[in-house]
Amino acid sequence: MSPALTVAVPRGALFAEALDLLDRLEIDTADVRGNDRKLWFADAGIVTVRPSDVPTYVEHGAAELGITGKDVLAEQADADVYELLDLGFGYCRMVVAARENEDSLGESLRRLGRVRIATKYPRTATAWFARTGRQAEVVEVKGSVELAPLCGLADGIVDLTATGRTLVENGLEIVEEIAPSTARLVANPVAHKLKADAIDELVARIRGLA
Amino acid sequence: MSHPIPPGTRDVLPDEMLELRELTEGLSTTFREAGYGEVWTPAVEYEATLRAGDESGAGAGYRLFDEQGEVLALRSDMTIPIARVVATRLGEAEPPLRLCYFAHAYRAAERRTAELREFLQGGIELIGLPGAEGEAEVIALIEDSLDRAGLRRHRVGVGDGTLFARLLDEAGVPEEARHELIGLLSARDLVGLERRVEALGLSAASCERLVRVPSLRGGAEVLDSAGEATDDLRELHELLAERGIADRVIFDLGLVRSLSYYTGPVFEVYDPAVGFALGGGGRYDDLIGRFGRALPACGIALDVGRVHLAQAAEERLA
Repeated sequence: MSPALTVAVPRGALFAEALDLLDRLEIDTADVRGNDRKLWFADAGIVTVRPSDVPTYVEHGAAELGITGKDVLAEQADADVYELLDLGFGYCRMVVAARENEDSLGESLRRLGRVRIATKYPRTATAWFARTGRQAEVVEVKGSVELAPLCGLADGIVDLTATGRTLVENGLEIVEEIAPSTARLVANPVAHKLKADAIDELVARIRGLA
Repeated sequence: MSHPIPPGTRDVLPDEMLELRELTEGLSTTFREAGYGEVWTPAVEYEATLRAGDESGAGAGYRLFDEQGEVLALRSDMTIPIARVVATRLGEAEPPLRLCYFAHAYRAAERRTAELREFLQGGIELIGLPGAEGEAEVIALIEDSLDRAGLRRHRVGVGDGTLFARLLDEAGVPEEARHELIGLLSARDLVGLERRVEALGLSAASCERLVRVPSLRGGAEVLDSAGEATDDLRELHELLAERGIADRVIFDLGLVRSLSYYTGPVFEVYDPAVGFALGGGGRYDDLIGRFGRALPACGIALDVGRVHLAQAAEERLA
C-alpha cells in the first residue's frame, strides 16, 4: 500500500532534523537514512531533493508536502505553494556581511552611489536593498560567496548563516540582519483541498509534538 | 538556424491538435445542449474597457497603440468582454442569458507552473440568475462537461470571495492591517497570517476565528463550523445536494481569487492528477452594471490546455 501523502525532504542542512520529525510522526525513515544515493522512497512516501528544489516539486504536485527553509520560500516567492507550519528547527539568519572593520558598503554608496553585492539569493538581496532605499548591483554566484568581498568581486554579500563562523574565518562581519529563517511545512494547493483530511491530520500531529 | 517563438506561446502539431479539437468539441456540445450559446469577441479591446471591469486590467500583459493613438490591450479573460457585450449588443435581451466561449486569452506570466501567456479558455457565463441557483447551475454544467471529457476524479472548490473581508469586519481589524492580512491569505502564508493576527491584540476568540475559518476545507460540515458567515454557501450546498453532486464539491473557506470583480462565491476546478487548478470563476454581480446594465451573473472558465494535461495524466494512471 502506498502512503497517503508524499513528502519532499531536502538533502542539506535540514535533512537530519526533517527525518527526525518524520520518525516522530511514525513515518519509517530507516531506508532513507541507510541509502544516500537513492532519491525516491515510495514505501515511506518520501522524495529527497536539493533544498532549493522543494518548492518546485511541491508546486507541480510531484510531492503533496515539502519541508524547506523560509529563506528558500522568500527567494522563490513566486512559487505557488501553501505555507502551513513553522517547524521550528533549522534556525538561521539571512544577513548582509562585509569585510571586518571597514565601512565598505557605506564607502561605495557615498562615492559611487551604489553597492555591489554577491549572493546566492539574488531576489532576497535585490528586495532588501530596494526596501532600504539603496541602489545595489546584485551579482549572482553559486557558491563560496564569502570569497567575493575578499578578492574585490563585491563590496558585501547577502547570505544565510547559522553560527556566523564561516564569515568570521573569512574576515567578514555581519553588518545587517535581513530576516530569521526556520524550516517550514509547505503544501501543494490542489492537494491542500483534495487531501484536506490527511493534511490537516498530519498538521495537527506535528502541532501536538511541540 | 533557430527561429524562437515568444516565451509562453506554443505551436500545436496535428496529433495534439486532434486531441484538443475532440476536447473542445465535447465541451462545447455539453454547453450547447444545456442552452448556452457560443459567442466570439475581438482579441483586442480598448484598454479602458478592461480597466472598467478590473482596476488592474484583469492582468492584461500586452498593450499596443492603434493609428489614432488609442491604447489597446489583448484580452486577459473573456468575462469582461462578455459583460460589455451583454450591456451593449444584448442590451435588450431578456434575462437569463446563457453564453459560452472558446477563445485565447493573454496574460503576463506571473507564476511558474505551466503558465502560458497565450492560453485557450473554454467557459460559460450565466447572466441574470442571482444567488445559489445560478451558481449551482454553472458548477453542475462544468462537472458534466469534465465527465464527458473523460475525467473521473475532478472536483470543484467553492469559497466565498467576500468571507474573509466580513470576518475582518466582524473582528474589528483596523483598516491599515486589512490589506496585509488579505495578502497573506491570498499567498496562503498561513504561518505569517497567524503571526500577524496574533500581533493585532484582538480577543482570543477573534484571533482563533480569523485563523481557523480560512483554513477550513471539506464538505457541508465546514460551513456549519463557520456559523452564519457561510449562509450563502449553505444554500448553494442544498441546491448541489438536490442535483446529486454535493460530494463533488469541496468547500474551501480560504479560497481567494485575484480578480477584483468577484462579489460572492468563487470557484476553482481541480483534478488530483495535476498539481494546479484547471480553471476557475465566481459570481460577479456588479461587473455588467459597470458597462451600463445591472444584472447579476456568474461563470467558470476552464483552461483547455490544462484539462488536456489532466486527461493525459488520468489515462496514464488508469
